[in-house]
Amino acid sequence: MYTQGLNEQTGRPVAAEATEDEARLRAFQARIDAEEKIEPKDWMPDAYRQTLIRQISQHAHSEIVGMLPEGNWITRAPSLMRKSILIAKVQDEGGHGAYLYSAAETLGVSRAELIDQLLSGRAKYSSIFNYPTLSWADVGAIGWLVDGAAIMNQIPLCRCSYGPYARAMIRICKEESFHQRQGYDIMLKLARGTAAQRRMAQDALDRWWWPSLMMFGPPDAASMHTAHSVRWKIKRFTNDELRQKFVDFTVPQAKFLGLNVPDPALRWDAEAGMHRYGEIDWTEFNQVLKGHGPCNRERLAERRAAHEDGRWVREAAAAHAAKHGARAAA
Amino acid sequence: MSDTRDWPLYEIFIRARGGLDHKHVGSVHAADATMAIEHARDVYTRRMEGISIWAVRATDITASDPAESDALFEPARDKIYRHPTFYDIPKEVETL
Ligand SMILES: [Fe+2]
Ligand SMILES: [Fe+2]
Repeated sequence: MYTQGLNEQTGRPVAAEATEDEARLRAFQARIDAEEKIEPKDWMPDAYRQTLIRQISQHAHSEIVGMLPEGNWITRAPSLMRKSILIAKVQDEGGHGAYLYSAAETLGVSRAELIDQLLSGRAKYSSIFNYPTLSWADVGAIGWLVDGAAIMNQIPLCRCSYGPYARAMIRICKEESFHQRQGYDIMLKLARGTAAQRRMAQDALDRWWWPSLMMFGPPDAASMHTAHSVRWKIKRFTNDELRQKFVDFTVPQAKFLGLNVPDPALRWDAEAGMHRYGEIDWTEFNQVLKGHGPCNRERLAERRAAHEDGRWVREAAAAHAAKHGARAAA
Repeated sequence: MSDTRDWPLYEIFIRARGGLDHKHVGSVHAADATMAIEHARDVYTRRMEGISIWAVRATDITASDPAESDALFEPARDKIYRHPTFYDIPKEVETL
């Protein structure tokens, strides 16, 4: 999902718990098993803390970088209403990033450190945001599919064992529904429009379908962090479970639009009561995650430029605060 | 690459409607208190979630230690006579 990069081993290994106090660990796990929330000042195993810092910060980075593909269309939205909606949506994503950085900081990492990890290219963010937005229909497809996939993943996170993360997710989930519905609304208008508009909508679905399925991360068999995260109730469903749910929800929505899901292997399995879908191109996924997607370089360059361009504002605000602080103290 | 130092952290409390308490909602970084209120407005009240904002420097908050919470809250634990349900009042007695 927004935290697909968790498979990458950076920093200290997750198995560092052996050295920590056994009794404390047992008490900690008992609290988790009893569905108690863990709060910032509570004792927690270092591996739990590190896993959360990485997951929450990757999630935050994804929200921030996620503003770029859609932001690209704000000046070219087809009407004033669509422009207002898109600005509101992109602003929400910035807000999501802010809630999540704030939650990550409760674990003892600084905001500056996190931003630095993103801008230096050391941090991961969701692969989905490294694909280009070529037409207005892409804004519809992103809201419908990308925010739709995000909701699938984020709803169970509202019950995550770490209090500040769970509370941030509740706030985010309240806002996501608008994102998905405005996206589907764009797709509906195009699907009911001219032949050219229908072609645009189909083209957007063709390009965004597979990357959306990849958002859920590597298949369970190749996902090394799932067991830990499930035991700690950071994660409640596996990647494949969530992906399946997404396919089952989305295929009928595509049908309603009269659009074709670009997967010749896709079929309804009546016996199992679920859709069967074709093989995902994990080579493409890994390439994008490693930085070789269509827009990785562009996205980072844009973030860096925004950060540098804003430097004088931050400096001026700091100078203003120092001056007024000094005056108030005098 | 980024600035070496963060702006101070402010904890944000919001009153959702008249008659309710201010409730903690999260935090923002800001150069000063005025900016903290402006940031909190943008971050936490985009859908009319509040009519009043408090911003408190995070370093100005003193919090109890969860490791000490047993000792801190224990004295209240065995005083069940502080609750109305402790008292058995015959059914015949009304409006009590
Ligand atoms: Fe979001
Ligand atoms: Fe969203």
